Order: sequence, then structure tokens, then C-alpha cells
Amino acid sequence: MGMTLAEKIISMKIGREPSPGEIVVLPIDAAMAHDGTAPLMIKSFNEMGAKNVWNKEKAIFVIDHISPSSNEGTSALHKMMREFAKNHGIKLYDVGEGICHQILPEKGYVFPGGVVVGADSHTCTHGAFAAFSTGIGSTDMAAVFASGKLWFKVPESLRINISGSFRGNVTSKDAILYAIGEIKADGATYKSVEFTGDAVKSMSMDSRMVMTNMAIEMGGKTGLIASDSRTRAFLEGRIRVPFKEIAGDKDAHYADELEIEAGTLEPMLSCPHQVDNVKAVTELEGKPVDQVFIGSCTNGRLEDLRMVAKVLKDKSVKVRTIVMPASKEVMLGALREGIIEELVRAGCAVGVPGCGPCVGGHHGVPSPGDVVISTTNRNFKGRMGCAEAEIYLASPLTAAYSALNGKFTVPEEVN
Amino acid sequence: MRIRGRVWKFGDDISTDLIIPGKYKFKTIDFDELARHVMEGADPSFASKISKGDIIVAGKNFGCGSSREQAPIVIKHSGISVVVAKSFARIFYRNAFNIGLPLVESKDLPDYVNTGEVIEVALSEGKIYAKDRTFDFKPIPDFLMKILEDGGLVEHYKKRGRFVWETQ
Repeated sequence: MGMTLAEKIISMKIGREPSPGEIVVLPIDAAMAHDGTAPLMIKSFNEMGAKNVWNKEKAIFVIDHISPSSNEGTSALHKMMREFAKNHGIKLYDVGEGICHQILPEKGYVFPGGVVVGADSHTCTHGAFAAFSTGIGSTDMAAVFASGKLWFKVPESLRINISGSFRGNVTSKDAILYAIGEIKADGATYKSVEFTGDAVKSMSMDSRMVMTNMAIEMGGKTGLIASDSRTRAFLEGRIRVPFKEIAGDKDAHYADELEIEAGTLEPMLSCPHQVDNVKAVTELEGKPVDQVFIGSCTNGRLEDLRMVAKVLKDKSVKVRTIVMPASKEVMLGALREGIIEELVRAGCAVGVPGCGPCVGGHHGVPSPGDVVISTTNRNFKGRMGCAEAEIYLASPLTAAYSALNGKFTVPEEVN
Repeated sequence: MRIRGRVWKFGDDISTDLIIPGKYKFKTIDFDELARHVMEGADPSFASKISKGDIIVAGKNFGCGSSREQAPIVIKHSGISVVVAKSFARIFYRNAFNIGLPLVESKDLPDYVNTGEVIEVALSEGKIYAKDRTFDFKPIPDFLMKILEDGGLVEHYKKRGRFVWETQ
């Protein structure tokens, strides 16, 4: 019997074929904590009596969630991170560098066959590069910082196969929202979600990362995509280890499978207050919108900003529209291409690379009764800082068209 | 380990945003302060109603969403002794044991009990006693029980000088 992509990566680490359900201990290639989780990690690390970080090159801090800080309490926690990073000689990406899940691949921490842990649930994003990558809590992270290893239950795998090609107004975001609507919020709990099919193969790395980013929204332990020439093109010049092409075997056993015909998909929305409450945009067409947010570790990349700028160029948005590039690299790319200027001219409020309004911690908080279209990954009640706001998740294309019209709008077919 | 307490019942998909909204957790790691907001998203007056030893009983996918360890910590810090749910999200599951909060998976108990009723959870035996019925649950894996008995992963490491999984 062949191996799934998750089993294959684990087998490369333990030197034998793993079986689902088995507990294995894996060496960690990259370990990341951010300003929402690092302070507790530091507390646990110190209370354990751990003295040194196991590997200074593999441990990373990122200040992205409340960045820049909006209040004294957060500033004190940021200071605690900076002091720990300085004392232990580890890298800290500070205010303005961007979102952890964008920084890690850009800076070469993620590679095919690697094991990545992050004290953030969307760490599953890095599976787009065929890395076994999953979110953990702060105390688990303290154990990793101290020992460089962690236990994992070998997951069963759920395969989502997408064949054919998307219509001109459908993006990878619509595909993953559709899949979550089918599988539901807990349908992939403890499982690795493996994305295959020619529609996935023909996606850019930016689009692939949207898919793996949201694997956690169906409960997935990680989201995985085989590495190929596109993965290599992105990672070349960034990673310090040899590149490998890794894929699941054709005869691997999958606990469950979902087949999607890309050509049948239409623009989708995730409606309040559950990510798996998925509807087609046509069902809400014309509903007024109060705020649009474009950004986050889901859809704040260059491809997304390009898509939005193409729609908004020489036009004006009708509602407040906040745009946050996912990283400094993305922001520089958008500046070079003239995208930022087009967005600002169209009336968007363009901000510092970081998580922005997604997690409701500092700015862009909606008011009670506000209807928000957001390109992020969660719409739980209170997520953006206001429990009485309605959050709808959508693609950057749907968000841009809706911003332009001030109401839910089905995007035109662009290609 | 036997735990007896009064039930507070919740539904499905109780996310970490409902357990402790993000707007609080970025400002402090003072858990006396954070515990005042425990379960605020699901029941705004929860913190003021509960007593030490009470038990949360919930539906499926409890603790879904973010990896914030503040979620199980505020539950434990507020005095809740154990959470029984139809299923748990996996990061929450690991975090809870790491900070010393026991979790029990039971498909049937949540539909059988209501808020205010008293139940007893026998952790090592894998049994829950509720009114006139007994519910069996799959025992907690040995190495997680060890972490729990030591009072969480920090205490466990302090006591043993290594992590339980490092014996492999």
C-alpha cells in the first residue's frame, strides 16, 4: 500500500512507514510564536526551568497580530518578546514585517519534507509547500523551544481532488469555502487534508496557500499539496536545504475523499457566524455592506492585491475598504507594480503589513449591526472585535466588486 | 481521579473566540483578569454564575478555532474542573492537558444532562455517573494522564527533567 503525503513526510523523518493513529516523536525544522501566543510560551519556558533555545536558527518570533501595538498592555507583551529574543539570540520579525504565515516561506524556513510548528492555528498554511505543518499551543511550543521535538498522532488523510479549470470569477478561496461547506467545521478533525487534481496543480503558490490556510476551518491538522516546479520556483534562493518533489502515492489509502469539478463552482460566501455556513454570492446579491477588509494570511498576497487593483483601477469604492498587505515583501511588490497607488486613489485605507482587523484586537473593529465582507478565514461571533457585527468571508474578487458597489456583488468573469 | 460537580451546558462548535475573545487576550497574561471573561461570547454572565468544581458539558467540536492556550487556561482558572463534550478540536485538546485541565469525550452524555444537574466523572475508570445512568468513555491515553496527574506539562517537566514522549 502506498503512502499519503502526510505519511510520506513523516516516514522521511522516522525512517519507516508510519501507521495512522500511532504516536510519533518528530524533530522540528521551524518553530514560530507570535504576539498572541509567545508571551505565554515564554512564561511556560521559564517556569519549566529551561535554559536555552534548542536551535537559534529554527526558532522564530513574529509581532503581527496587534502590530503596531494599540495599548500599553500589548506593548508590554511585545517588549517581553523582544527581550526574550535578544537574550536567547533568536530572530524576531517586528512591526511592519508582516504576517507569520507569509514571512516563514518568504524567509526560507519552510521546505518540502520539513516539519513546521507554529503557535497559531493557521500554521497549516505551510503545507502548500509539502511541509508537515501544524498549529500548537504555547506550552507545547515551550517544549519545542526547549527540546526541538514534539509528539504527534499520525493523521489519517482526507483527499480533496479538484479537477478541470475555474470560471473567470472563481478563485481558490471560493473552492475552499465550498469544500468547507461540504465537509463542515469538524469533518476533518485530526486528519491531514490533502489537495490534489489538475486545478490545484495549475494554481499559483499564492492560490495554493489559500487552500491549505483554511484546512483548520474543517478541523484539519494540516493541509498538504505536493511540491512541484511551481513550489521550486517560489523557494529557489530562499531555502538552505535541497529542494525535493514530494507527492502522495497513487495507491495510498484515504479515510475520505471529496471530488470537486472546478468548472461547476461559483463565487461563494461564508455567512455568520460559522465558517461552514456557506452560500453562493448570488443568494445575497444586493445586500448592503458597511465595511470591506482585504488582507490576512488567507488573502493578503500580491496576487490578491493585483486582482483587487484591477477591479478598482480608476474607480471609487462606495464603502470603507481596508487593505493590509500580508508582508513587507508583498507591500514592496505592490508598490513597484503601482497597485498601492491605484488602491489609495480608489479610496482604500491601506495599512501596515500584519493581521489587521482579522482578529479584532486593535483596529478596523466594526460597529454593532455592521455588515462586513472580509477576505479572512474566520467569521465567529466577535471575531473582529464586535459580537454584534455580521462577518461574511469571500474572495478578494467578490470583496473588490462589493466595495465598488457598496453591496454584495457577483464578480464579473475577468478571464 | 474522581470529579463531582454541577453541569453548565453549551451547544456545538464553541470556538476559542467565544471562550475568550481575542480583544482581551492580546493585552495581558494576568489570568485573574482574563477569567472574568470566560465563555463571554457564549454566555456573557457565565463568570459571575459559576462555582469552583463546576463542569462544562458541550456538543461537538468544542474549542475549535485559534490555538490560544488562554482558552483552556481561563476555563481552568475560573474553577471549572472538567469539560465533557461530544468531541474536541485537536489543538484545544492538546492545550487543555498541557495546562492541566481534563477533557472527556462522550457522544451520549451531553444530550442526557441539563444545566444545574450534578454528575460525577471517574477519569481513570472511564465512567461518568449521571442521575440513574452510567456512561463509558474511552480512557485518556497513559502519557496524557501522566501529564495531567503532574498538574500540566510545565510541572511535569520540572518534576521529571524531560518530557514523557522523550523516552521513545
